Amino acid sequence: MIKIVKRDEPSRAIFFLTPVLAIFLTLVAGGLIFYILGFKPFEALKFFFIVPIADKYGFSELLLKATPLCLIAIGLSFCFKSNNWNIGAEGQLTFGAIVSGGVALLFYEQEGFYILPIVILAGAIGGMLYASIPAILKTYFNTNEILVSLMLVYVSKLILDYLVVGPWSNPEGFNFPETRQFSDSARLPLLFEGLRIHAGIFLALAAVVISWFIFYKTYLGFQMKVSGFSLKTAKYAGYKGKKMIILVFLISGACAGLAGVGEITGPIGQLHREVSPDYGFTAIIVAFLGRLHPVGIIFASLVVAITYLGAETAQIFMQIPKYTGQVFQGMILFFLLASDYLLFFKFKFIGSKK
Amino acid sequence: MHKLFIRSFVSSLVFLFTLTVAAVAKDVKAAFVYIGPTGDHGWTYQHDVGRKAVEAAGFKTTYVEGVPESADAERVLRQLANSGHDVIFTTSFGYMNPTNKVAKEFPNVKFEHATGYKREHPNVATYAARFYEGRAILGTIAGSMTKSNVIGYVASFPIPEVIRGINSFTLAAQKVNPNIKTKIVWAFTWYDPGKEAEAAKALIDQGADIIAQHTDSTAIVQIAEKAGVYAFGQASDMDKFAPKAVLTSVENNWGPYYVERVKAVANGTWNQKDTWHGIGDGMVVISDLDSAIPSDVRSKVKKLQADLASGKVHAFTGPIYDQKGNLMVAEGKTADDGMLAGMMTYVKGVEGDIPK
Repeated sequence: MIKIVKRDEPSRAIFFLTPVLAIFLTLVAGGLIFYILGFKPFEALKFFFIVPIADKYGFSELLLKATPLCLIAIGLSFCFKSNNWNIGAEGQLTFGAIVSGGVALLFYEQEGFYILPIVILAGAIGGMLYASIPAILKTYFNTNEILVSLMLVYVSKLILDYLVVGPWSNPEGFNFPETRQFSDSARLPLLFEGLRIHAGIFLALAAVVISWFIFYKTYLGFQMKVSGFSLKTAKYAGYKGKKMIILVFLISGACAGLAGVGEITGPIGQLHREVSPDYGFTAIIVAFLGRLHPVGIIFASLVVAITYLGAETAQIFMQIPKYTGQVFQGMILFFLLASDYLLFFKFKFIGSKK
Repeated sequence: MHKLFIRSFVSSLVFLFTLTVAAVAKDVKAAFVYIGPTGDHGWTYQHDVGRKAVEAAGFKTTYVEGVPESADAERVLRQLANSGHDVIFTTSFGYMNPTNKVAKEFPNVKFEHATGYKREHPNVATYAARFYEGRAILGTIAGSMTKSNVIGYVASFPIPEVIRGINSFTLAAQKVNPNIKTKIVWAFTWYDPGKEAEAAKALIDQGADIIAQHTDSTAIVQIAEKAGVYAFGQASDMDKFAPKAVLTSVENNWGPYYVERVKAVANGTWNQKDTWHGIGDGMVVISDLDSAIPSDVRSKVKKLQADLASGKVHAFTGPIYDQKGNLMVAEGKTADDGMLAGMMTYVKGVEGDIPK
């Protein structure tokens, strides 16, 4: 007979094993769903997870897709580690894109090495400004950061709508909701001829290294960890809570803003209404799947990125509805949260007594 | 006997030959890229109806739905071009730049972009429908049937396509009822049932007893059904979603164009062009008229429909004045396509300002 027993303390091994378990369960459940829908499960999974990255181009697209997810998730891990629930990365991304896009448009038809750094910096600042709103409201007015940051997502999208429909729309573009194309000097350089992967990936990798250093080698990282475990302890230890809250929000906003810069100055090259297919929300899944650990987040961003690519391939070659990609993302998060149960409880096998 | 045998032998040879030619020609594969789900009963749904017509004509098709206009569009296009598709239809305005970009890399693949204006490479064609002709029909019905003389109009984005529709609708309504006013609510979305429903409610609260829409969901006709006012369906026949409210719908009928263009690819006669078809070419279709429409209005509608189709009547025939009373189109003249393509002013009788 099996008995469920509470663990004395959360298991360290299980902590890093559950994401793997969650992915495995997602594959099994996904295969089952394909089977019920009338597709061959193994063939479908092959088209979902292997075919899209089987060649150089596909692999570069995977990295392109994972870059913003990784960058945002790294930023979010600063917030989540310290008990700050920033749900509005999508808004910070959008606002970062707006500010950097605005700067890029200022340099329309100008060339110069100094343009790109200014555009990138503008994006980071835009994201930080936007993240500072929920941070300041939380620290000084005790508002709930989940609600404020989430609602601001919709505000940012409306601001973007307004700008691309109205004042920033391309004067030669028949009033369609899009800006002019940015000049080459405002575009992130491509890494390889013919592939879309761009220098933004270095921003993501830099964020990974810096965050690892901060989390595990600095006093700030330690403070964040303590605040994450217990706000009361943090207070008792005399940490300046408000300062830290604002700081983690700013870091998070900067990362999301940079992700926005990467999209508009990388593959898109202009501002329009849809700069991000909800990367800011998907990155929340990535952050948790990566266990808020920088290296974990790299892997998690690759896994989640492939659900996007796989959904396209599966529809093109097997006519599987593309929205199954979102089902996979949902399942990963669901199984991860469910298997977290194993962190605190364990199964004990007890020999049957006669 | 002998002759007959030879004749039948030859004819069967000819038959076999044409069969093989047909089989080779029909080896063309078409792909469709959709902005929304095929089940939206609006824009994407109708494109998919068109795709099925291509299938029925004997061609293989592939589609990808829900492709955002973000960086993802380019990858989907490249993948389709790379996997043996000969012609790719990109059915949303936001695919314009990715379509032209990928077209450059795949000169042997034909690209057809809906509602755009960029044809940067010889293998890119564009197509759109003269929906404003359909809206002239709706305006005629609305002007004849309103009692409050206030007609509501849920608009999506302030672009010429939408402004043109509002104007065409209003002009036609004024022709049968000079006292009408068209009230606009901008939803700033193409498809968002929640926002569209809110917009419709706001218009009904302002006294509108007929609601027209330039957004894609069925939310508006359903709100109209509940409120007991009339409405018009958009893109597909929405009658079944609101049988009492829906007077008729303007249907986007892409099938004939899609079949023609895929056949052209198969025959090697495909050429770059900009297509703008209306009621006459069957790209814009008016659904069955509801029984609530009185017979005199019916006959007016049928006549206008025939005249628009034959070109005898143009939806924008002068004199047309803007809101301030300035002459836009002189008496006896009609608006040319250039003016229609860039139309960004309301005609007299439309209330409010175009959002800037």
